[in-house]
Amino acid sequence: MRRERRYDAVVIGAGTAGLVAATRLAQAGASVCVVAKGVGSTHLAPGTIDVLGYAPERVESPARGLAALVAARPDHPYALLGDELVAEALDWFLATARAGPLPGYAYTGSLERNLLLPTAVGALKPSAAVPETFAAGDARALGRVAVVGVPALRDFHATLCAANLNAAGIEAFPVSIDVERERADAATLTLARHFDDAGWRMGFSGRLAPLLGAAEQVALPAMLGLSDPHAVLADLQARLGRHVFEIPTLPPSVPGMRLFEILRHALESAGGRLAFGAGVVAHARDGDRIVSIDTATAGSPTTYVADAFVLASGGFHSGAIALDSRWQTREQLLDLPLQGVPGAGEPRFVASYFDEQPLARAGVAVDSDLRASGVANVVVAGASLPGAVPWREASGEGIALASGYRAAQVVAADLGVPTQTQTQTTKARV
Amino acid sequence: MTDLAELDALRDSLDHCVKCTICETACPVSNVSPLFPGPKYAGPQSERYRVAGQPSVDASVDYCSGCGICSQVCPQGVKIAEINSQARAKLKAQKGISLRDRIITRPTWLGRAGTPAAPIANWTLRSRPLRILAEKSLGVHRSAPAPNFAGRRFSTWFRKRPEPPASDPAHPRRRIVYFHGCGTEYYEPWEGERVVAVLEHNGFEVVVPKQDCCGLPLQSSGLFDDARRVARRLARALAAELTDEETIIVGNATSCTLMLKREAREILGLEDDPDLRRVSEHTYDICELLLELHQRGSLKTDFRPVPETVAYHAPCQQQGHWIGKPALELLALIPELQVRELNARCCGIAGTYGLKVEKYEIAMAVGSDLFRQVGASGAATVACDSETCRWQIAHGTQLPAVHPIDFLFRAYGLDDAGTARARPETALK
Repeated sequence: MRRERRYDAVVIGAGTAGLVAATRLAQAGASVCVVAKGVGSTHLAPGTIDVLGYAPERVESPARGLAALVAARPDHPYALLGDELVAEALDWFLATARAGPLPGYAYTGSLERNLLLPTAVGALKPSAAVPETFAAGDARALGRVAVVGVPALRDFHATLCAANLNAAGIEAFPVSIDVERERADAATLTLARHFDDAGWRMGFSGRLAPLLGAAEQVALPAMLGLSDPHAVLADLQARLGRHVFEIPTLPPSVPGMRLFEILRHALESAGGRLAFGAGVVAHARDGDRIVSIDTATAGSPTTYVADAFVLASGGFHSGAIALDSRWQTREQLLDLPLQGVPGAGEPRFVASYFDEQPLARAGVAVDSDLRASGVANVVVAGASLPGAVPWREASGEGIALASGYRAAQVVAADLGVPTQTQTQTTKARV
Repeated sequence: MTDLAELDALRDSLDHCVKCTICETACPVSNVSPLFPGPKYAGPQSERYRVAGQPSVDASVDYCSGCGICSQVCPQGVKIAEINSQARAKLKAQKGISLRDRIITRPTWLGRAGTPAAPIANWTLRSRPLRILAEKSLGVHRSAPAPNFAGRRFSTWFRKRPEPPASDPAHPRRRIVYFHGCGTEYYEPWEGERVVAVLEHNGFEVVVPKQDCCGLPLQSSGLFDDARRVARRLARALAAELTDEETIIVGNATSCTLMLKREAREILGLEDDPDLRRVSEHTYDICELLLELHQRGSLKTDFRPVPETVAYHAPCQQQGHWIGKPALELLALIPELQVRELNARCCGIAGTYGLKVEKYEIAMAVGSDLFRQVGASGAATVACDSETCRWQIAHGTQLPAVHPIDFLFRAYGLDDAGTARARPETALK
């Protein structure tokens, strides 16, 4: 006897794209289960929704930038999705975050204008929507900034950050506050748990306040609590008498963990299921349909039978697409054909690390509905899609969010449980 | 098996670690205690410095509770918890195994000794002066949750109960082997009685072979040789019952079924034991099985309303099956039952971890988030698949904690049928 589960739809991958697709399907009334080898991209990313930051020059308005990109790059995921759908998906996300499990913790922003936020090294990065705890960091509104570091936190160097902000024309100075002295090495995760504690926070702000001098804003590494960041921010601003904002640091990402909680809460509230731990090890295909996948559950594999599958397993970074030592590029889970892989004789890589690498645009070949090429019931979302270079474009979360949202529309229509939106009639396809 | 050969199977996963720290975000112990530096440091990082035959490099791995969440969330498939379990065993072998660890890891000895003298044994376990004495002499924390001996054994009830009605030859009942585990045998026989009633209600012929401990407590305290011996013995006993391809094994002790499915093979290095392999492939967690039956359309759904609120906690070892939370989907079938899903990581007990005097405070700190969530849920009862976790939850919340099967049993109206005896109220707290 084999182990078996049955759902209307199975989503592979628990990053932003997979969680959004599954949530939208569950909200439409489909029975849906997310299967994931492990936790996905959320915990490693800053927790911002970067829709389009560079094309290739810095983008002021994602809305206008998207329209231009869609026209210029018909192979880009955004061209398949359409700019109106991106806007709709972002609206849905902003409402979902507001209704999320972290009381009062909202995202702010829109496609009209990117915010410009300091990174951990003091560079300025454009984002369309950011947690409220980031908002006061928008460079265009910054006055004199105190950048606060903690010596035990080796992933954030206030002096470096402040120096680079100065170079960018922002008046900034570093401040060091020696908390967590019993640890040689602290992560933002550890400190975030302290910030959830009102007593600890009071001690912290009491020691920090006298160091702030004439600062108008206070920048802290992103660690302002996991369970109630809205209250932490309000409390710190009241105690310090200044605007406070978070700067994302190296993983683990505290705001990314909050984002995961928001998406998980939305999925579970809609009745969707999550199975972590077992990756996909086999699949069964019948003609142009995938009928089931097997995951490596304890004891022996479990076969998931479903009418539709959403592949949101990521690209090269997650290992879902791999380049082997014989220069073969393969999609590892369902053996789907790829698109955007440089042909024989063409360069896959170029010598300069920061230049665009030709292989970087490779992804699972899809049609205009994001259906995997040659497979009627597999829809692809997120970093598995071809045509984008998210780290150069600052577009990863925007693509994940919008393609997850769109994948759910396509699958829901197939299942006969259309998602509750006006998109079916108004979506502009380019 | 040699040190190195045993490590090789798991060490292959080591090079997949990209140091992303996702395991660190999920570790219940390092989140509350500086004594454990976290799964990444204790696992993939320290492992590079561990060499067979040389002293252990790092004592902090003793504070790993073995809950296994790190392996579950790792997006690269690194066997973090399994590597740490082996490192812990090596450390223990080097330091010597305490008398306490030799005693509390043998539920069969304890059960056989305590059952006939249950009133005295239970009084002893609840006597403050004796518990203080046990803490001082043995290192079992005075406040740690101790179960009650039921004073009867599940297997005795099963053997002596009236024969269930013979199967209709036109519709032969499907044979199923029930692995009840030590918790059901000595402490909560009523849970096993409920499992049998629910399985028989769904047309199964239940077989209960003579069985013993799975070896999990021994394994988690680092007594690997003893753990291998009992795990192999149990596998032999259960495999002997797999007489045809249709027969499967089902258990309600979710950590013990996980031991049979995966941990004994991986952590104890018993991949080459043919009995264990067959058993592991044929073993189901009870909720996993019932959900599968439901999705195939063969689970009875003649449920009565149960107008109550229950909070459900999926224990770490249930999550280690990597099958999601089937209990939630089953409880959702019961009319009028309000189910509150809890998202705390761990109750803290981790089998015998939270009993140990040096770890009790950590275990309670780990559990505090769960206890708070239970309180906020407004539920009068907590459902949880693992017995030691139920005892810890009852200890931390003062609410009754039961196996999810209890709700199915009641919703089927089987409590009126008298097939299983009532759950004693005294056992709840």
